[in-house]
Amino acid sequence: MAKASVATNVTRSNRKWIIGYSIAGLVLFITYQFLLPWDGLPSGIYQAVNQWFPPSAINESLVYVIMALGLNIVVGYAGLLDLGYVAFWAIGGYCAGWFMSEFFYFINVHFLGSVPAEAPGIHINFWMVLLIGGFVCALFGILIGAPTLRLKSDYLALVTLGFGEIIPQVFFNGENFFGFNISNGTRGIVRVDPIPVGVKNLGPFDFGWKLLIFLFLTAVMVFISLRLRRGRLGRAWLAIREDELAASMMGVPLMRTKLAAYAVGAFAGGLGGVAFATHVDGVYAERFNFTISIFLLAMVVLGGMGNVWGVILGAFVLSWVNGNGLSAFGRVYNDAFGTKIDFASFTFLIFGLVLILMMLFKREGFLPESRLKLMLNEDELDEADASGKKKVGK
Amino acid sequence: MAKVAEAKTFKGTPGQIRQQRIERIGAISLSGIAAVWMIANLIKAPEQFAQVAISGLRNGLIYALIALGYTLVYGIIELINFAHGDLFMLSAVFSSFFITYWLGADQSNGYGWFAFGLCLVAVMIFGAVINVLIERFAYRRLRHAPRLAPLITAVGMSFLLNFIGLKWNGSTPRQWPTVIPSGDIYIGEIRISMITIWLFLIGFPLLVGLNYLVTSTKQGKAMRATSQDRDASTLMGINVNKTIAFTFALGGAMAGAAGLLYQQSIGTTNYNLGFQLGLIAFTSAVLGGIGNLWGAVLGGLLIGLIQGLNDGLPIAFGQQWSQSVVFTILIIILVFKPAGLLGKTVTEKV
Repeated sequence: MAKASVATNVTRSNRKWIIGYSIAGLVLFITYQFLLPWDGLPSGIYQAVNQWFPPSAINESLVYVIMALGLNIVVGYAGLLDLGYVAFWAIGGYCAGWFMSEFFYFINVHFLGSVPAEAPGIHINFWMVLLIGGFVCALFGILIGAPTLRLKSDYLALVTLGFGEIIPQVFFNGENFFGFNISNGTRGIVRVDPIPVGVKNLGPFDFGWKLLIFLFLTAVMVFISLRLRRGRLGRAWLAIREDELAASMMGVPLMRTKLAAYAVGAFAGGLGGVAFATHVDGVYAERFNFTISIFLLAMVVLGGMGNVWGVILGAFVLSWVNGNGLSAFGRVYNDAFGTKIDFASFTFLIFGLVLILMMLFKREGFLPESRLKLMLNEDELDEADASGKKKVGK
Repeated sequence: MAKVAEAKTFKGTPGQIRQQRIERIGAISLSGIAAVWMIANLIKAPEQFAQVAISGLRNGLIYALIALGYTLVYGIIELINFAHGDLFMLSAVFSSFFITYWLGADQSNGYGWFAFGLCLVAVMIFGAVINVLIERFAYRRLRHAPRLAPLITAVGMSFLLNFIGLKWNGSTPRQWPTVIPSGDIYIGEIRISMITIWLFLIGFPLLVGLNYLVTSTKQGKAMRATSQDRDASTLMGINVNKTIAFTFALGGAMAGAAGLLYQQSIGTTNYNLGFQLGLIAFTSAVLGGIGNLWGAVLGGLLIGLIQGLNDGLPIAFGQQWSQSVVFTILIIILVFKPAGLLGKTVTEKV
């Protein structure tokens, strides 16, 4: 039975999705770029869309989707719990801050940048910074993973949590990091370069066009996720997730495979970090905190660990709730009933409940990956087997 | 991944010998660096050194009390109970409300001490009940699930408690009056606040009592048996569910006491207190050797000491790097000596 479901998964994940994805993306893009500013649109619809789904919230959700897809490779594919994913976001963000702004005002480096040549600072082309951010993050992923991946799963979670605290703190106190200013500290790096797309430079308020760019980045991540999953590396990840001992007996190199998961996951974090920096037009140290890591984890868990489409759905829904949905609902509710409830503060409740209830009642998520569903529920099918397993340290 | 059973002399497979060498070299060089750092500071500012060391130990006692909860729970069901730190935070908020609003005690006199004593009992029950409820409704159902599931649930639980704290305490830190007498006594040039002394007078009996409970009573014996082999203890007639619930109750009671002591010594409560302190406490538990009661106490005091020295000494990273220092210790310990300082040597089959 497991074999059959794997086969369907493989056939499903060929390139057909690109068509559907492109159509959905185009509809979204046309809606926000052309339909929304159109004069003929009834003002009711315009206001409703702006209240419930403003363009900036959609873009932000897409950044979260990119991140969640990266975390999905680590948590969903390889089964390694990473509670410090925000560290990669921060590193990616500061890559954008360093290489695409006037932060290093004392030097003047330009490389296909989008600002006039006399502007001080390092200005490298956005697309290259994306790659730089991704690879720097991947490097950090390997650096973090190399000494720690031998640990047991829950110790690993803790070490990643530690890194997720240390790296943002480095940036937070970065105004004086052994005498160097690496991050402007709490003031943050304000203004990063616009995105050059040939004919035009996309500033912070070109939501529609940037939506297209973020959709493209998401598609890249989906493509990477699906391709890797079908390949040798992806199968090795799944094997490790399901039974590490058996996988190593079958000749899967544990360390190298886990490191690869970390590196690819971190790469996505770098992409997302750079994208987010252009989205908010700056890098602010206090935004990178532990809650972000848990938000991302909740997104992966809600949609279905291991399933790309589930993760996209979960990330979209939860980041919308976190960013705009809850406060929009709060405004409507408070207007209607004359109350003054601070709905934004309920995010903790919602995310906590999502994690708990999903783990208790629907561990495989709302769009489950069939293979993971089998695995997550197998132990409950056979209690005796489960208690027998405990002795071999599972 | 073979965890090494370390021995006095190096033996085992070549890999294990190498691991032991790395461990020993790492331990020697790290303690060397720490010793040089401390001596340099001691020469530079001896009084300051003693002062920050004492206040560090005071925080360390609170860390130790929280760390006990982590260590007890990890010892028995191998779960990192992420919600434990937030339970501590809720206890601190509960104590503030209990003493200040519900009993109306706001200065240190006879009534203040009465309120404090009553609150100590109440908050320990409070912590125990909440922890048992969490275990009953969340973790128990996941006892046979894959490792990831209870861990993620614990993180979610931490968020849930965080939310309750946010609604109860408010989003900003709150100042509270304390009922423990504040005053200082001087030993030479070194100032020791009365609060520190009281904290140790109240906290240490708790630690000793817990140790007695675990090592010398029948219930404690059941706990130790359950942590060794759950199935075998079932066969021996131990009610495993009850024993695990009892363990959670003990851990919760300790977190409750820690919450009261923290609130009375620092005087402020904040809803996001639990995350930071919980992590520090967990680091303490790991440093001392998770599953080992005195290890947790030793680890807590050590971490408190190191943190105090780092925050207050002239040659140190300073307070803004406090968290990073603690987490670096955590990572170093986990990488080089996962068994901790006093931890039992565990040979794992996988």
